[in-house]
Order: sequence, then structure tokens, then C-alpha cells
Amino acid sequence: MRLNCTVNGEKRQADDVWPGESLLYVLRERLGLPGSKNACEQGECGSCTVYLDGTPVCSCLVAAGQAEGRAVVTVEGLEFGRVQEAFLAAGAVQCGFCTPGLVVAVHDLLARADKPSDPDIREALAGNLCRCTGYEKILDAVRLAAQ
Amino acid sequence: MDFLRPSTWEEALAAKAAHPEAVPIAGGTDVMVELNFDRRRPPALLDLTRVAALTEWGGDGDLLRVGAGVPYRRIIEELGGRLPGLAMAARTVGSPQIRNRGTVGGNLGSASPAGDAHPPLLAAGAEIELASVRGVRRVPVDEFFTGPKRSVLAPDELIAAFWMRPARTGDQFAKIGTRNAMVIAVCSFALTLDRERRTVGTGIGSAAPTPVRAPAAEAFLAASLDWDSPGAVPPAVAAEFGRLVAAAAAPIDDVRGTAAYRRHALSVLARRTLTWAWEGSR
Ligand SMILES: Cc1cc2nc3c(=O)[nH]c(=O)nc-3n(C[C@H](O)[C@H](O)[C@H](O)COP(=O)(O)OP(=O)(O)OC[C@H]3O[C@@H](n4cnc5c(N)ncnc54)[C@H](O)[C@@H]3O)c2cc1C
Ligand code: FES
Ligand code: FES
Repeated sequence: MRLNCTVNGEKRQADDVWPGESLLYVLRERLGLPGSKNACEQGECGSCTVYLDGTPVCSCLVAAGQAEGRAVVTVEGLEFGRVQEAFLAAGAVQCGFCTPGLVVAVHDLLARADKPSDPDIREALAGNLCRCTGYEKILDAVRLAAQ
Repeated sequence: MDFLRPSTWEEALAAKAAHPEAVPIAGGTDVMVELNFDRRRPPALLDLTRVAALTEWGGDGDLLRVGAGVPYRRIIEELGGRLPGLAMAARTVGSPQIRNRGTVGGNLGSASPAGDAHPPLLAAGAEIELASVRGVRRVPVDEFFTGPKRSVLAPDELIAAFWMRPARTGDQFAKIGTRNAMVIAVCSFALTLDRERRTVGTGIGSAAPTPVRAPAAEAFLAASLDWDSPGAVPPAVAAEFGRLVAAAAAPIDDVRGTAAYRRHALSVLARRTLTWAWEGSR
């Protein structure tokens, strides 16, 4: 199957796509965008989070064929700004595997809420697992980015 | 594997009739896990995300018709006031990413005894609209589930929508799990108290081979509540209601909990939700 979609503002095409493979696989293995991470392939960890038509989703749970004609924005497509800077400044990155998904989720949260409360932050990040930081530094980073 | 991509409801029904073995995919939050882990290799996927009609909801008389493809996020944001019990359940589903994609139609399609949308649909006496090229039928939700992950859905049918009466205020849902987000229910319970019609509805999740109602508990409570009274529910009534709800379940021991724990937890959830719903509906 040939897949056409817009990724990070560019029209992209992938050939010989198996329709049941995930959008995550297409991004990483076919389009050379390894920023979105694959840690669980079952929607549990959020490290594959991307925007699909403006909504954050787990790209491992989107069938390649469902992305036809849609607009995808990955972590590579986000301008480097307050979210990424805050993650660095707060020490919210250790191994970094969870970071791309968190950056997309936080980017979305701050686009929706200027000054999110702590419960808002926890709720917004409930679908992103981190095995290194214990989350405190991640919360610090979100508070910092929201300032 | 074929990938069928209907863009209208008529095309979707025609595709399902021509390819009854095709697996529908909406939010993909159940289907993709099975594909990713090689648990399923269907000959075809039938993508429903381009069928705009599935993502619409609207009123028809005193009933709401909600398209099977409305994701949990929109149930919460757009229908939280009209269907508060279902919205409460929707808030407990997975994570924001899952709620952005996952749908009630997909929950029904999977027909898991643990599906969180099922108890509120049962408590509200919802009807499920099923359609095929042969026609449309409406099935009461308590007749929809036939076994674990099995339903009355025929191979050529699709779930079009569900029909529900908007609640006033007496809706509650509660779920037991190891954390607030991202848990499959150990057990769950939904309650609807309708003061005007003096009726009680219940739904039990994750404590029987299918989601079930507790009819004896409903009848007992409807007869025992002093509907005109502004006072609290008598503790003896609440306790008996809890006992009858637990008795309606047929739980098993599994990795998430024991049968005995589930029964006990259900009686507690029933009592608590009764107190909240009664106060909320005053
Ligand atoms: C990380 C994670 C957490 C989760 N947490 C929860 C939770 O807390 N509570 C819960 O209840 N569930 C949970 N789930 C399961 C899942 O999200 C829900 O069952 C969801 O409602 C499925 O909807 P979907 O649109 O994604 O379904 P899909 O995966 O697209 O489809 C599910 C099934 O329904 C069928 N189907 C879909 N739409 C139709 C239709 N219109 N007509 C006929 N058949 C149809 C499909 O063929 C398939 O068999 C979780 C899943 C994941 C991955
Ligand atoms: S890889 Fe998609 S959620 Fe974990
Ligand atoms: S930094 Fe290692 S998983 Fe989060």
C-alpha cells in the first residue's frame, strides 16, 4: 500500500506499507523520524505520542492506513522552545526515552492551559511513563515551562 | 491484508456486507494492540474513522443518539452535562491519549466484561443501534452482551450509535483499580436514580462473564426509597442494596483480584454511589 500524509508540515509518501502496521513504525522505519519512541506498542507508555490532526495520540495505536491524508506532527516538528528548555533546565531528562512523548504531551497541555494546576499536570501526563526520574523533575519542568 | 476505507455510512455497511471477515477499526486502541502483538491477523481492516456520521450526536425527542465513533474525550467535553454517568466512566478510561482516540462503539465491539462504558449504559437502560445492508435494529444493552468478548453483533453488522435518556443529576460511576489512570477495572459500578420516574438502574463491570445489571437490587431500592423525602438514605436500605448488588455479580479470581474481594468491593461501591447519587439528585 502507498501511504500519503503530511508530516511536520511536509507532504510525505511511503511505499510498500503493510496496512496493519502502526503509524509509529511508518514514522521510525520508513520516514526516518526516530524521535517518537517505541517502548510498549500497547498504548501504555506514551513515548510514541504524536499529534494526529492536532490531537495527541499514541502513534503505536494508529493503523498506517488510518493516517492517509492526515497531518502528523512528531517531536521533530515542534520548534525548540520553552518546553524542551524547561526539561533541560529542570533535569527532567535522564535516559531520555520517555522525553519525546512527554514533550509532545506537555506542548499540548500548555497550548490548552496557560497555568495548569498540579492536578491538571498529573492528569495530562497520566499516559506517559518514565522509569528514571520519579516524575518530580518532570513536574518541575512543566511548572517552569508554564511560567 | 486489505484496508477498506469507506467515507460514508452506506459505503461502510456495503463493505461489511461484502467482507464480513473484515475487522472494523475505530480508535484502534484495542485492535492495534492485537495486531502489534500478532494476536490477530485479519484478512482486512475496515477503517471507520472517515465516516463522519459515526462521530455525530444529537437529540431525538427525549432521547439522545450518540454515534459509535464519538471518542471519550468528546463524551466528557460535550456530553458531560447530559450523560454524567457515562462521562464519569469515560474520565477513568486509560489516559488522555487513549481517550482522544477510543470510542464507546469500540468498547461495545470488544465487549470486554471490564469495558468502562458498559455499566453506565446498563444503568441508563441504553439501546444499541446496529445496522447492516439488511436494515437497522435497536438492542437493549442488557441483551447485547452474550459472553466474554462476545455480543449479538452479526458478521455483516456495524454498531451505529447508542440511545440514552439524558440524566438529571442522579448518575454515578465508581471503579476499583490500583491507580487512578490507566487501569482495567477490578470491578466497577454505575447507578442511575431517576426521581421523576422513581426508577433505579444499575450496571456492574468486571465481576461476571459479561457486564450485568442487578435487577433485584434495582427493584428493592425503587420500592424502599422514600422518593419524596429530602432526608438521607436509611443505612439499612443502603446496606441491603449493597448486598443485593454483590449477589448479582458472578466474579472469578484472577490476577486483578479475588472473587471475594470483588463482591465485597461491589457492595461498598453500591452503598457509596447510592449516597452520592441520592444527594446529587435532591
Ligand atoms: C493503554 C490502554 C488503556 C485502556 N484503558 C481502558 C480503560 O480504562 N477502560 C476501558 O474500558 N478500556 C480501556 N482500554 C481499551 C480500549 O481503549 C477501549 O475498549 C476503547 O473503548 C476501544 O475503542 P476504539 O475505538 O479504540 O476501538 P477499536 O480498537 O477500534 O475497536 C475495538 C473493537 O470494536 C470493533 N468496533 C469498533 N467500532 C465498531 C463499530 N462501529 N461497529 C462494529 N464494531 C466496531 C472493532 O472491530 C474491535 O473488535 C484501554 C486500552 C489501552 C491501549
Ligand atoms: S509505544 Fe506507544 S504507548 Fe508505548
Ligand atoms: S528519563 Fe528515562 S524513562 Fe524517563
